[in-house]
Amino acid sequence: MGAAGKMGSGILLLTAMEMTDLMLQNKELKLVLYAVDVSADGLSGLLQYVQSQVVRAAEKKTVLLRKLYADRKDLIENGDVIEQYTKDVLATIRISTHLSDIYDSSLVFEAIKEDPKLKVSILREIDANSQESPWFFTNTSSIPIGELNTDAGLNGRIIGFHFYNPPAVQKLVELIPTEDCKPELIEFAKNYARNLRKKIVPSNDFAGFIGNGHFMRDALHGIIEAKKLNDQFSFAESVYIMNSISQDFLLRPMGIFQLIDYVGIDVVSYIMQVMNPYLPDEELHSELLDQLLTKGVKGGQFSNGTQKDGFFQYKKGRISHVYELKTGAYVPVDEIVKKSESFTGPLPQPANWKQVNFSPGKKEMLENFFSKLKSMDTKGAKLARNYVLESKRIGELLVNTGVAASVDDVNKVLETGFYHAYGPINNYFN
Amino acid sequence: MTAGYNTISLGTGRKEFHPKKPRPGLEHYIDEAGKGCLEQIGGGKNVDECVIGNFMAARFNKQANLPGFFPMIDPDLRFKPATSVEGACGSGGLALTSGIRSVLAETAEVVLSIGVEVQNTMKAIYGADVLAGAGWFQERKNGHAYYFPGQFSDRAGAYFEKYGREKTRQAFARWYKNAIDNARLCETAQEFHNNTEDLEELAMMEPNGKVFVDHLNVFDCSKVSDGASSIAILSEEGLQACGLTKDQAIEVVAWSQVEEDITKPPQDLTSLTTIRTAVALALDRAGITMAQIGTVETHDCFTVAGLLGVEAMGLAEPGEGADFILQGNTARDGVIPFNTTGGLIGWGHPTGATGVHQAVTIWEQLTGKAGKAQIEIKKDRPYGMSVNMGGDDKTIVVVIYKQAT
Repeated sequence: MGAAGKMGSGILLLTAMEMTDLMLQNKELKLVLYAVDVSADGLSGLLQYVQSQVVRAAEKKTVLLRKLYADRKDLIENGDVIEQYTKDVLATIRISTHLSDIYDSSLVFEAIKEDPKLKVSILREIDANSQESPWFFTNTSSIPIGELNTDAGLNGRIIGFHFYNPPAVQKLVELIPTEDCKPELIEFAKNYARNLRKKIVPSNDFAGFIGNGHFMRDALHGIIEAKKLNDQFSFAESVYIMNSISQDFLLRPMGIFQLIDYVGIDVVSYIMQVMNPYLPDEELHSELLDQLLTKGVKGGQFSNGTQKDGFFQYKKGRISHVYELKTGAYVPVDEIVKKSESFTGPLPQPANWKQVNFSPGKKEMLENFFSKLKSMDTKGAKLARNYVLESKRIGELLVNTGVAASVDDVNKVLETGFYHAYGPINNYFN
Repeated sequence: MTAGYNTISLGTGRKEFHPKKPRPGLEHYIDEAGKGCLEQIGGGKNVDECVIGNFMAARFNKQANLPGFFPMIDPDLRFKPATSVEGACGSGGLALTSGIRSVLAETAEVVLSIGVEVQNTMKAIYGADVLAGAGWFQERKNGHAYYFPGQFSDRAGAYFEKYGREKTRQAFARWYKNAIDNARLCETAQEFHNNTEDLEELAMMEPNGKVFVDHLNVFDCSKVSDGASSIAILSEEGLQACGLTKDQAIEVVAWSQVEEDITKPPQDLTSLTTIRTAVALALDRAGITMAQIGTVETHDCFTVAGLLGVEAMGLAEPGEGADFILQGNTARDGVIPFNTTGGLIGWGHPTGATGVHQAVTIWEQLTGKAGKAQIEIKKDRPYGMSVNMGGDDKTIVVVIYKQAT
């Protein structure tokens, strides 16, 4: 369900290939995968997306596919095998806009909007009409799974299986069993993740889990720090400066405002709204995000993967303009860069996530970078140190409040799911 | 032979190569190589006949009837005879022997031979299907996804089993290092820009049969290349007619071209028996021994083919090729330098062009035109030899050359 969405389409792709592989290994097995979504247009686009992605995947695993199709005498060349595999994967998929089509499914994967009421009503409807007592997987990123379990009356037949975006690429899955989750469902989920070659990090069933538990608070920190700069700088300049601090000075793949754009300002705001009631001692809410949404600035992506306008406008994936709240216009980034750099001061070298993250000498490079940053007396270095320490505080909070079972789990989520070069719980600034 | 010319070998490794950006096509390479040779021999008016060696333009480029491209190079080639020859990766060698035959038969005084292949038109996984055409199609179904790497991986595996793995793999790594060292001295080489420091350590990477083949890694393999080479094959009269002197040319002392049954598996996986036969025949015809050969261009489509080639030439006993290589004999400062501009692994392997490229390299070395890649040709070893192979030891062309006098 939600198969045509950004997450749903990736999950569908991986699952359809896994089912096809299982059927090729066991000719007796007959599996069908229903792709259900409210959008008929989305579903037709989905098939095109799946087709192109399966071809790419098949090109990479042709050695294996030739073995799986060894009995097909008509499939001789790699091209023949890749074409047949693509047809077979597509043939396992039935697209539908009617929920009733999946009433008899034994396994349901839900990846719809992060809306508790909607989720509960749909889970309920399927369960009520099913003869199968189906198992439910849910790609929920912030709503406690236990609540869905109780409200939909599923008695432990649901498990949180939280992919990262895009699911076809990202290696991380957060696995969130409810208290009464059936052990055989947990076992099945682990196997499923293993077959999809995903890394599992277990998370306790607490709103936001580990990934959003860190991201939302980290984002709020960036927003607050940018606001503090508003005395000296325009809105656009402040946003640009904090984005640069959280990317270049923290050696992250994206700055915090770019990441919010990537996920979608509307989605971030919504996740905060979902999480906030569960956090009595915190206020997880941003007026700024509300303001932007009322002005129609939403971020997120088009279905072809290009970025919509948010805090920034993008050209070929690079920031080209920055949003100015006062005027509602976008300012060319070139007009801001120099001012930002003269405020933050120079970057320690090497100063690039890509250089560091894929280097065999990564550990030393990071220590070297942060030890330089520690000794620098520039405004940029100070903001960066605060940021690193806040990120660490959030990480430790997740461990101390029992959301994550260990420091390692928190670090693994940020390193795998967010592509950070290092985990937030570190000793760089002790 | 004289007036050799090579285009660059374009593909991964070259700075100007981007898989997603448009690249020169087949026509460009034929034209550049053709003009490169013709400019040195006074133009198309001096040419009596043309031959083009190519393996699979019909699939890589959806183009056949390649002789028709000669008049495009130079209008003076219109209405002159031209032929296309094919013997898989030995096509270039056949373009040489075809020209040699015409000159010997006195039906031509000057033959323009070109070899060409443009392979980067498709991803490697589909290119492997095309290249598999060098084997028997009836065997394709049971072959590896990467068909030829699979064939030579089987040879490597059999060799490991018979003679030991570790030292053999070290010899493969040394072969790779020599190839890159040589390619760095030749501006047209695909690995010219390679600046990896420890090449042998890199090449010792463990093979991974899950994603590639069991006994070879990518450094054991030749390149996927776009490129063309050309050379003029002339009689003494032809040389004079082109206004050239003998010191600019090399003499074809002897050649052999032998064929093995494509429908039969190799008699012995640890030996290149067809190359062994062809080399012995050519040496016999030339009346010389390997001890008189100063440099060899051999068909190292894979490191293991380089090593087995060394043994097939009789330079080392079966099982001792690795020692021969590890002792430095095939390096550019060794007893008998091999593949002095990088060979198929370092210079590149535009399949149908390779046989011609080998002749061009020997021509450069024996006439002192090899630039930075120049080796010393000693008086007691005045001969050069090229060994070009189509398929898995099926179509073999060996040519022995010396400076023309």
